[in-house]
Amino acid sequence: MTYARDVVALARKDLLLELRARETLPAMVLFVLATLVAFRFALPAGGSERASIGLLWVAILFTALLGLTRAFVPEREQRVLDGLVLSPVDRSAIWVGKVTATLAFLVAAELVALPAYALFFERLSWETVAAVALADVGICTVGALLAAMAAAGRARELLFPLLFLPLALPILVGGVGAAVTDTPARYLGFLGLYDAVFAILAWASFEYVVTE
Amino acid sequence: MIRGRGLERRFGAKRVLRGLDLDVARGAFVVVTGANGSGKTTLLRLVAGLAAPTAGELAVDADRAELGYLGHEPLVYRELTALENLALYARLYRVPESRERIGMLLERFGLWDVRNERSGTYSRGMLQRLALCRALLHDPTLLLLDEPFSGLDAEGAELLDRELLERRGHATFLVATHDPVRLSPLATGAVPL
Repeated sequence: MTYARDVVALARKDLLLELRARETLPAMVLFVLATLVAFRFALPAGGSERASIGLLWVAILFTALLGLTRAFVPEREQRVLDGLVLSPVDRSAIWVGKVTATLAFLVAAELVALPAYALFFERLSWETVAAVALADVGICTVGALLAAMAAAGRARELLFPLLFLPLALPILVGGVGAAVTDTPARYLGFLGLYDAVFAILAWASFEYVVTE
Repeated sequence: MIRGRGLERRFGAKRVLRGLDLDVARGAFVVVTGANGSGKTTLLRLVAGLAAPTAGELAVDADRAELGYLGHEPLVYRELTALENLALYARLYRVPESRERIGMLLERFGLWDVRNERSGTYSRGMLQRLALCRALLHDPTLLLLDEPFSGLDAEGAELLDRELLERRGHATFLVATHDPVRLSPLATGAVPL
């Protein structure tokens, strides 16, 4: 119960910071809309469903990348992460709080992006929506851990995409697979497994990422 | 309370601490002195657990809940108010009756009137006062203070003098400073680097 309250306090803090600064979410929403508009014109008329769904996943992934790159910026400024790490909370709660907040931003951006996709391209299937929901968890789970790792480094803006994109490739495979095959359950299961495995790994390793 | 043997810390090829032995008894007030780059901040970060020694052994008989750390940075969020920052830390440190405690500290350090202003709008001295509130919020028994008078005006420095005097004997202090004369009436020992 105490752990959950710590997580809520930490996530609430991130939401409050975003409400005040308004730096991350507007950028994510504008980026995903601009990307979908660009794809709309880039894809030839009569382009395949498979191609457009692939573009949706690319847009989601890069929008998440944009948000996650900024995930630990408030902590990096003035070394606030030191203050959180010194407090007697379970350090994994810092990670869970960050996952919760970045997940909220990503879902908010998708609430705009998915209807826009339906408008520009085609109606979304329930399999795609389910895959996006599962993928969001995996993206934020892995992304928050890597963002914390990159925040400690010098070339963080370069380092984070280099770490994140290879690990996010299975999410692309699962997401596109769930939308275009006859056996979406297999791919949704794969995304669920990805979420579970990386959540356990990130939860267990976060302490070592934020301490020397 | 703190025992270090042969402590070393390297940053690449640069060695900051060289075989330092350190003993700080419970209730002691130890001043760490030395020139810029001598390793005062590094030593405090090692004791806080924010960094690990490259060589040597370090034992600190206090857990994180008992430790109060004041570094070069205030460790507060610029977009949050003083009240919000301290409420977050009070939650994380499980401070009982946190509202009263936060109010008392903000009044004591002269920040009550600006408690609802974002800390990003504070002057250097006000941030240092807020950082002191944060470090003292949970009534720590081990205080690690890195240049605690930095940025404080005369009134703020006097407030801190009083605070240190009140807590001396109840808590253990390891204080890095360029001004050991100011702390000499309180100090029970010194670590020259």
